[in-house]
Amino acid sequence: MAEDIKVIVFKLATEEYGIEVDKVQTIERLMPITRVPKTYNFIKGVINLRGVVIPVIDLRGRFGLDEAEHTDQTRIIIVVVNEMEVGFVVDSANDVIDLNRESIDTPPEVVGGIKAKYLDGVAKIGEERLLIMLNLSEVLNKSEIVQLESFEG
Amino acid sequence: MDMNQYLSMFIDESNDHLQSLNENMMGLEANPDDLSIVQVIFRSAHTLKGMAATMGFEDLASLTHQMENVLDLVRNGKLVMQDFIFDTLFKSLDALEAMVQDITGGGEGKADVSSIVASLQAIVRGEVPSAQGGSAAPAAAASKETEAPALLDEFQLSVLEQSIQEGLQVLFIEVTIRKDCQLRAVRAYMVFELLERFGEVVKSFPSVQDIEQEKFDYSFSLYYISQKTAEEMQTLIMGVSEIDSVTSVALDVETLSQLARAEVAAAVEEAPPAPARENNPPATQTPAAAPKREEAKKAAPAKSAGTPSRTIRVDIDRLDVLMNLLSELLIDRVRLEQHASDIQSGELTETVEHMSRVSGDLQNIVMKLRMVPVDTVFNRFPRMVRDLAKSLDKKVDLIITGAETELDRTVVDEIGDPLVHLLRNALDHGVESVTDRIAAGKPETGSIQLRAFHSGNHVFIEIQDDGAGISREKVLKSAMNKGIVTAEQAAAMTDNEAHQLLFAAGFSTAEVISDISGRGVGLDVVKAKISSLGGNVTIYSTPGKGTTFSVQLPLTLSIIAAMLVRLGSEKYAIPLSSIVETGIVKRSQIRSVHSSKMVEFRGAHIPIVSLSAIFNVPDYDESSEEETEIVVIRKGDKLVALTVQDFIGQNEIVIKNLGKYLPSTQGISGGTILGDGQVALIIDANAFIK
Repeated sequence: MAEDIKVIVFKLATEEYGIEVDKVQTIERLMPITRVPKTYNFIKGVINLRGVVIPVIDLRGRFGLDEAEHTDQTRIIIVVVNEMEVGFVVDSANDVIDLNRESIDTPPEVVGGIKAKYLDGVAKIGEERLLIMLNLSEVLNKSEIVQLESFEG
Repeated sequence: MDMNQYLSMFIDESNDHLQSLNENMMGLEANPDDLSIVQVIFRSAHTLKGMAATMGFEDLASLTHQMENVLDLVRNGKLVMQDFIFDTLFKSLDALEAMVQDITGGGEGKADVSSIVASLQAIVRGEVPSAQGGSAAPAAAASKETEAPALLDEFQLSVLEQSIQEGLQVLFIEVTIRKDCQLRAVRAYMVFELLERFGEVVKSFPSVQDIEQEKFDYSFSLYYISQKTAEEMQTLIMGVSEIDSVTSVALDVETLSQLARAEVAAAVEEAPPAPARENNPPATQTPAAAPKREEAKKAAPAKSAGTPSRTIRVDIDRLDVLMNLLSELLIDRVRLEQHASDIQSGELTETVEHMSRVSGDLQNIVMKLRMVPVDTVFNRFPRMVRDLAKSLDKKVDLIITGAETELDRTVVDEIGDPLVHLLRNALDHGVESVTDRIAAGKPETGSIQLRAFHSGNHVFIEIQDDGAGISREKVLKSAMNKGIVTAEQAAAMTDNEAHQLLFAAGFSTAEVISDISGRGVGLDVVKAKISSLGGNVTIYSTPGKGTTFSVQLPLTLSIIAAMLVRLGSEKYAIPLSSIVETGIVKRSQIRSVHSSKMVEFRGAHIPIVSLSAIFNVPDYDESSEEETEIVVIRKGDKLVALTVQDFIGQNEIVIKNLGKYLPSTQGISGGTILGDGQVALIIDANAFIK
């Protein structure tokens, strides 16, 4: 069980998050995004990734955090989940670490305002750092979004 | 051996063979005496059987084997083709198609075909249920079998020989049932069931049917192909109760040929025609003389087995990748052209120009690679029309022209279903019954013409029947009953408008209407599908003379001509195929009618829609402008004016979908990459017109 996984670490507001490296296709600098009208607010639009049109999600928006100004550090992480290619806009992404699966604990109910179901667990690295592992298929689950919206509306 | 790598090849080739079988069967039905077609059919079936057996699809192999048995009798002149045989063979083809379909879908190609097999076997035994037109020949063959029980015919012999060469066991099994057995047929049946499970009974003496009817003493013998050894089979059969003894001998080629010689000698005594067969070595399987083979080639011009293939199969996904790479190249080309004109270096400009030409040629070639003849869709129609005409008890000739017309693969993949619908419609509602046709003074056989041809940047596919035509009154009456049109509207309609009502949504869903109007089952679905392909359907009908459905399709779905427009900082592409015209209107010309905005356009008032309002464009608002540019778009007969800020110009664009995460967005049909590398969204004109 003491299996090591490689994790891409990125930042959103003050928290650090992790995505398993084999789900990540590339990490891109910010590029022009074409807005797509009539879709969810957190979908920033589509980009041209070397000839393929890929939708881009603002992860802050997805998690209900305030949107931030894009900076030099802003990155688009292209992930592939269930054959869907999607880009995540994150505040910065600059680390790859090895993580032992056993060091991932079940998540607490709420982490920085993010609902527990989007999380796979929380890993403690060293003394201070906490890494929030994302449950990507839940993050990308659209049916749940529709339900949520109709519920609130 | 891992067979998976051959699976796709097997599927492709099986489909080819099934197609050619279908075509040739149709040809044979039209010309039942042409034995050269039978040869072609036999060879196709034989190849199919071999492939299926190699791939381990036993059900497929054994069904084709049964078909071969029938075809073998036909080609040797022992059996005359007749309706029942055709029907059974067609049914077998359907079953084979279903099996291959199953394999394509990842299944094992298993199917319950026992009733078809029983029919085929009955035909081989000479029991054709319908009028026994040519009963003399099969009956003679059957009686010969009973007289000389050990006789293997040339075909069975070759099957056995091939099986030995393929490393299978060919066994001669003799089973004796205990004398005190009460139900001999049941025991025999159990033995056969056991045998069928582990292999294939090629021939049994007495025949299976006689055994079933208990027309045997206490023993029977059979030739059997299996992977099991003689000993294993012996033990297995002994496992059935009330079996007295089993002898099982494995045969090799040598003993087989001895057997064959002995049999031929026996046959010489009993049946004079038999020695003629001896002259043809069983293995070659091509007794037809050379001129006959040429005829066969004529019958199947597309796929003659011997000619080396000058084509290769390419996975469509790879072509898509090639297309993507090419479109990137084209985008880079535009950028290079821009840089070159900025830098103003003669040499660079020259190089870029050359590159432009090369990439242009490359684009043409790639587009051509994606083009396939509509034949690939059309070729299943003759069979369908034949079956449908039979079930409707109508007489119809299907005349296909322009099957070589080429269309982009993506369009061809989509167009099959709508065409099936239109053809069924023409056959069901268009062409009249034989009695009605005679009463109307027409030839009793109706005709349906299926035409494909190029015209400009479009392909037209037309389905024309010479039936009764559409009755305007009936259509209007049922449309009024359905509340689709009012009486005044109906009275004002031209014939053409009335015909278009058949495509109205409510029209098709009603069950009774098709009886009253004679047309209109699911045509709205057809129309929707064709519209989604960027095409159009129109109906022309003359009462008493017939009806034509004309389907207009774009040549390709992946590259289209589009008008690029600007809305603030955003760019959108509108497909040229849905644009009627562009223009400028003054604010003052826009009127409010029932709280919706209308504008006068060529004497009619059409709705005017603000694109920027619908798309919530952040940095453009036309309400302050004196004049506004409009694009008039069309869906069917309806027009809508869309307001835009600026026209950028016309461009050939490569259509990309927005990815799986955004499969459909209202008003947007996809994206395209512009020369500057940015993505522009393509407007789905259909979404703006209800």
